[in-house]
Amino acid sequence: MSVLVYTESEQGKLKKVAFEVASYAKAVANLLGTTVTAITINTEDTSELGAYGVDKILNVTNEQLNTFCATSYAEAIKQAAQKEASKVVVLSSSANSKYLAPLVAVSLNAGYVSNVIEAPSNTAPFTVKRTAFTNKAFEQTAINTEVKILGVSNNAFGLVEHNGAAAVESFSPEISESGVKVESVDKASNKVSIADADIVVSGGRGLKGPENWGMIEELADVLGAATACSKPVSDLGWRPHGEHVGQTGKPVAANLYIAIGISGAIQHLAGINASKVKVVINTDSEAPFFKAADYGVVGDAFEVVPQLIEKLKAFKAQQ
Amino acid sequence: MKILVCISHVPDTTSKINFTEDNTLFDTNGVQFIINPNDEFGLTRAMWFKEKQGAHVTVVNVGQVDTEPTLRKALAIGADEAIRVNFKPADGFSVAKQLANVVKTGGYDLVIAGRESIDYNGGMVPGMIAGLTNINFVNTCIGIEVEGNHATVIREIDGGKETVRTSLPLVIGVQKGIVEESDLRIPNMRGIMMARKKPLTVLEPVESNSETTSVIFEKPAPKGAIKMVDTDNLDELVNLLHNEAKVI
Repeated sequence: MSVLVYTESEQGKLKKVAFEVASYAKAVANLLGTTVTAITINTEDTSELGAYGVDKILNVTNEQLNTFCATSYAEAIKQAAQKEASKVVVLSSSANSKYLAPLVAVSLNAGYVSNVIEAPSNTAPFTVKRTAFTNKAFEQTAINTEVKILGVSNNAFGLVEHNGAAAVESFSPEISESGVKVESVDKASNKVSIADADIVVSGGRGLKGPENWGMIEELADVLGAATACSKPVSDLGWRPHGEHVGQTGKPVAANLYIAIGISGAIQHLAGINASKVKVVINTDSEAPFFKAADYGVVGDAFEVVPQLIEKLKAFKAQQ
Repeated sequence: MKILVCISHVPDTTSKINFTEDNTLFDTNGVQFIINPNDEFGLTRAMWFKEKQGAHVTVVNVGQVDTEPTLRKALAIGADEAIRVNFKPADGFSVAKQLANVVKTGGYDLVIAGRESIDYNGGMVPGMIAGLTNINFVNTCIGIEVEGNHATVIREIDGGKETVRTSLPLVIGVQKGIVEESDLRIPNMRGIMMARKKPLTVLEPVESNSETTSVIFEKPAPKGAIKMVDTDNLDELVNLLHNEAKVI
């Protein structure tokens, strides 16, 4: 009956989002009067999970799972859910978890709700709040099936620490051969991804050309932030598609989103609306972004951003 | 190659989002409907397969009669035929069950669906079709090449991309990158005229329960006032972000 949570790792280390989904699973378990079981796959050190409410860990070590494969990972999660007789399975909103979640839902014949932002508002009927219409609205959704799959939005629930330690049990699910094989992975190891970032620095057409992105990257470096861009910038080929945030690009749910030279089209604002604090820097005081932001600077990015970088460096040096 | 492109009928990206019936239904009043952008990228990639490698392209929508103009638009862009499953979508799972039935009976080599629809953002339909039909699946695709029975697919991952190799039949969840925005096609008059004569088959739905039920919608609380900072006072911005917003 335990709530099952899939706590992701990357190169053997638990990701930050693993602690957030564990915190969420604990909140669900409290409502249902049960415990939390985490499944970890090829994770070296699972000891921190206890501090986020996990009671038991099913630790899978399997060479077949060294590279991510949605069907194989879904099989492992399904078997863990069956072993624990779990009625609720909690997943993150990482690209990999969103890839495998529908497969787990089909295999468990379970209703799946994605983009969940709060602990369930009711357990009978089991009801959760999610974002819809690209953050332009929220939807309360009831899940009617016996087993329920929840995909929790990044950075929505936050981390909740508990006093506890988790018992570790090794778990060996049966994994069948997959029809999809990874040939190569191309990932900048020194960059923060938009999905994992606490802070995102984003540039728009106001920057006038790709040659001016140095200051965006420098500002991101100072803050330990990911870089992003508006749709026109990615359509013009100034920046890769992977950086396009907005309704047809990536959603952003950062703690801090800094928009530089972005006017704030409705589709862009929808995509970044789940971010907690928004700062806009733009020459045009009439830009719609000023209506959506928390802090604004009317000024030329080429003057403001270099100064801001210096101020932040000085601030960081003091810390 | 037989290609099936799944088309969701969604409000235009600039639509104001409102609700009716005590906030239980999306208010379609005054809303323009379009092909879901992620699906349109996939449809455009299907057109390239048709033109360069030869393919028969079917578009399918699960919906009521009001979605037919959206299917006709897909035909005007160049799809060969259309199917509408006459079913009022209740949730992503129920739509996937209808589509899986079309996939099973149609014998398609490649099934293309947008990564998610821009209205309900469930992001589950492509994966569920694959799960229900037990065929290979790659999500968040930004590139695909097919040679014979094999496919090489580029998938976006958090912070990068990966290349995978797989075989047909295959389901892919696609997004921008599979083609560029500038590759999208506006139907011309000839396309629109031809679309009127292309077959649009209406299928009756298979039985399916909805696994989830929408209870009520809410709109975000109105935004508080913005605090403006002068360009010659950026220390204040750093101070506000640190002491007030507590984000740095």
